[in-house]
Amino acid sequence: MKPFIQVQNAEMVFTTRKGRFHALQEVNLDVERGEFITLIGHSGCGKSTLLNLIAGLLTPTSGALICDGREIAAPGPERAVVFQNHSLLPWLSCLDNVLLAVESVFGAKETHAQLKVRARAALELVGMSHALHKRPHEISGGMKQRVGIARALAMEPKVLLMDEPFGALDALTRAKLQDELLKIVARTQSTVIMVTHDVDEAVLLSDRIVMMTNGPAATIGDILDVEIPRPRVRVELAEDPRYVAARKEVIDFLYTRHAHVEQAA
Amino acid sequence: MVSAVFHSPGDAVAPAASGNLSRPSVSNEAVTPVETPKAQPKPASFDFRSLALRVLPPVLSMALLVGLWGLATMKGGSFPTPAATFDAAVQLFSDPFYRKGPNDQGIGWNILNSLSRVGMGFGLAALVGIPLGFLIGRFDFANRMMSPLIALLKPVSPLAWLPIGLLVFKSANPAAIWTIFICSIWPMVVNTAVGVQRVPDDYLNVARVLKLSEWKVITRILLPAVLPYVLTGVRLSVGTAWLVIVAAEMLTGGVGIGFWVWDEWNNLNVAHIIIAIFVIGIVGLLLEWALLSLAKQFTFEGD
Repeated sequence: MKPFIQVQNAEMVFTTRKGRFHALQEVNLDVERGEFITLIGHSGCGKSTLLNLIAGLLTPTSGALICDGREIAAPGPERAVVFQNHSLLPWLSCLDNVLLAVESVFGAKETHAQLKVRARAALELVGMSHALHKRPHEISGGMKQRVGIARALAMEPKVLLMDEPFGALDALTRAKLQDELLKIVARTQSTVIMVTHDVDEAVLLSDRIVMMTNGPAATIGDILDVEIPRPRVRVELAEDPRYVAARKEVIDFLYTRHAHVEQAA
Repeated sequence: MVSAVFHSPGDAVAPAASGNLSRPSVSNEAVTPVETPKAQPKPASFDFRSLALRVLPPVLSMALLVGLWGLATMKGGSFPTPAATFDAAVQLFSDPFYRKGPNDQGIGWNILNSLSRVGMGFGLAALVGIPLGFLIGRFDFANRMMSPLIALLKPVSPLAWLPIGLLVFKSANPAAIWTIFICSIWPMVVNTAVGVQRVPDDYLNVARVLKLSEWKVITRILLPAVLPYVLTGVRLSVGTAWLVIVAAEMLTGGVGIGFWVWDEWNNLNVAHIIIAIFVIGIVGLLLEWALLSLAKQFTFEGD
């Protein structure tokens, strides 16, 4: 059986005002259905670029990306994105933000009442039923990100793409949301590709950790299988030798083999 | 006059409370709040000091203005005293809607005529300017095409367009409206364009991922995101339009507050000119205030 998502020899060159920037080269990655993949690397290594390629928000300079047997040519709701800064529309309530997504996917087939049920269910899943009619500026950063996840999940995507979804949150909120994401993914059996720069987050959540080399012209340096059985419980993992070993390997990759050299701009 | 400043838009002061302040008994209430706990649920939270600090300066400035004016006109002369001007104003506003021929109508008619010209010119400018701003903001080609033209025409004094209006329309009223149109279109074009350009990429990415139809992109994302910018443009435009109408009417004549000022100058009725200045100021303030409160209704918090 073919892999669910295939990245074949993808290369990305940005043409900016300052000239050409070679972001990614020779990226090859296969993702199986139901897998949880994290992309980790130093800032500027092109992990978000790779995610945007899979989302279809960017078109590769060369190479091909395939999702479920079809070439990725444009963004679409079957590859839902949870954006780094939540990107909720500030003039819509939480429910309406989710409803907008639901309408675009199921609007043609279902009644408005059915769509509302879907939106409410998605918000219920992320524990946001209490704030259906609140606007984004009335809720905390963690809650906004929950709504962002609800919006993505409500579309019943084939794959959930998350771009540092918890990057802007404080450590405690982040841990809570990670635990809930684990539960949600276990329940929905979603395929997830997530960008992060947090080693613990990567080890806790992933089936495989894709470690990327530093840019320019970044590529996949190594892929680590995290062989910790699910369900994973944060407190128990802290002393689990498999967890410690996986963590050490990622840290080793990031800070010894591919230590980031800050370039003077 | 004082009351207009007293309840100026910036003051979040309840009229009743500010009324209290002007009475000397206010200090008794402030000192003995414990005796009336039922009347005031949170007596400690009512800060009379800050209220006084907010209300006192505008009252002082008005008093200073009137005081200086009174001092300067004490010895008589062609300039009327504040009291004489006030009497003239009372008389003028006692019958604002009389008509005695085409060139002698009440102050109410003059204001309404000016406002209707501003409304016409400004409305037409909005109809043309806002869609034009959208085009310029959305399409780079339109932007590059229109930018030099706007840069060239924007700094031109609106009154320079008046002869063109008179030439084309062969009549004073459309020429005045044309002048208002041309002066109020630029802020709306520019602000709308900037607003469209500043719609965060994130929102457009959301639209792409959700595969929203072009109609939904416009109604659910672009319009709400740009609306605050449009309203800023509208507010600036109305301000300019109200500035320009006075000058335009002085030149074109007819019924209107600008022509009225000129007419009273020819009659050497200085009191009426001073009243007109206050009236123009207050109407401008009200227009600004109305649009500001409208804008507040449609502004959303960013993050």
